[in-house]
Formats: sequence, C-alpha cells, structure tokens
Amino acid sequence: MIEWFTWLQLGVAGVAGLLCIVLGLAGRKPNDLTMGATALVELLLIVQLVVAIVAPFTGNTATGSVLEFYTYLISAILVPVAAVGWALIERSRWSTVILGVAGLGVFVMVYRMWQIWTVQGL
Amino acid sequence: MTAPSSTPASTPESTAASTAAGAARSSRVTGVGRLLIAVYGLLALAATGRSFVQIVAKFDEAPLSYSLSALAAVVYIVATVALIKSGGRWRRVAWITIGFEFVGVLVVGTLSLLDPELFPHDSVWSLYGRGYVFIPLVLPLLGMWWLSRTGKARP
Repeated sequence: MIEWFTWLQLGVAGVAGLLCIVLGLAGRKPNDLTMGATALVELLLIVQLVVAIVAPFTGNTATGSVLEFYTYLISAILVPVAAVGWALIERSRWSTVILGVAGLGVFVMVYRMWQIWTVQGL
Repeated sequence: MTAPSSTPASTPESTAASTAAGAARSSRVTGVGRLLIAVYGLLALAATGRSFVQIVAKFDEAPLSYSLSALAAVVYIVATVALIKSGGRWRRVAWITIGFEFVGVLVVGTLSLLDPELFPHDSVWSLYGRGYVFIPLVLPLLGMWWLSRTGKARP
C-alpha cells in the first residue's frame, strides 16, 4: 500500500459516508451527489487493488497476512456495488443512509488493511 | 417514515402470497428496516471474511474461537436472509437467529472477560464484540425491537 493514497482513500470514504448518512437522514433520495461519492469510493478501491498487486514488485510488501489483506479488499470492493445497486432499485431516503453505511464500512476495512500491511508482529 | 401503504397492494408478490404475508413483508422491508437489513448484510460479510481467513490460515491455533466465528458468520447470513424474506416461517427464523446472536454475544462476551484463556484469539463475540465496535451487541437488540414492532402490524 502507498501511504498517501491510503490516507486519501480513508478521507474520501469517511467524508462520503458521513455526507450520505446526513443527507439520508435529512430525507434526500439517492442522487448524483451521493451515488457519485459512493462510486468514487469504489473507484479508489479498484486503484488500491492495482496498487496492492504492483507494490510487492517494487519492494513494498505487506508485513501481515496477504490472505487476510485480500479478503478485506475483495469484501470492500463488493460493498459500494451492493449499496449503489440497492439505491438504484429502492429510491428512498434509507437507501441514501445505506450508501453512507457502505462508505463508513469501507473506511473501517481500509483502515484494517493498512494495519495488516504495516503494523504486524505485535 | 414511509407508510407501508405506499407499496401498491396489487404487486405480483402480494397477490401470489397470502394477504397476511404480503402485509408483513411490506411493513418489515420498507423504511428503517432496510437499514437494519443492510447493516446485517455488512456484518455477515465481515464475519464471513474473517472466519474464512482464520480457518484457512490458522485454524489449529484456536479451534474453539474460530469454529465460533464460522458459526456466527453462518447465523448472520441466515438472519440477513430471514429479515429480507417474508412469511411466518422466515419470521420465526429471524427471531431464532437474532436471539441466538444475542445469547451468543452475552455468553461468549462474559466468558471471554471471566476466563480469557478460554478464547485466546478473538472471535466476533469476544469482549461483547469489541472488535466490531460493539455492533454485534447492539444489532440483535435493534433486530428484536424491529421484529416485535412489525409483528403488531400483523392481523
């Protein structure tokens, strides 16, 4: 993992998650802003996947379990897809809140991925 | 909150199923119940992923903890499905799985506090689900509250 990219990803996922939860609780239906923010979270996850595949060849290897890392990454990639799919089918305020839950879920998962990559051997 | 009556009464599902099942379905699956289902789905995904890693990579280290993780993951998946599905039988399945989770998090949480040797490695329910920001402790309560609330809407 690349440190600055990971922080960028955490920032985007956290802001997108909070934004969608606030707008959802305020009664907004899923719109371009909230679904776009979630799509951006997904795009960064795909970039992270490419980074994770390429990084070991440049000497940037994971200190922790690679299996655990990829389980988190693949799970995280599924989450925004499911949430946006839901938002397209069910156009209610709660779908916007669910987009937010997905964003915060990705936030936690990326943070765990960062821990697995960097701080092992506790 | 969205009123259950906003769902058209003549959807294929409600005409196919009995009226009672149709009513239970629309009241359980709309509104804030959607959010509950989504969070259950997320927890099911997290628990499944974690127990997959534990069992593949290090099952021998703590068979009890990791078997519990796998069991919990399966129960979360069944609970998610049961909350989505309609009908009396799935409702009962939802009650049983959510009740099981609540008992599980209380028993394993207490045991892991009293006798840490028993669960040397984290399971979903260790220390009342601390590894999952206590979501495993709170979610069954919300689930049971939701089931009892929607239960009153049934004839």
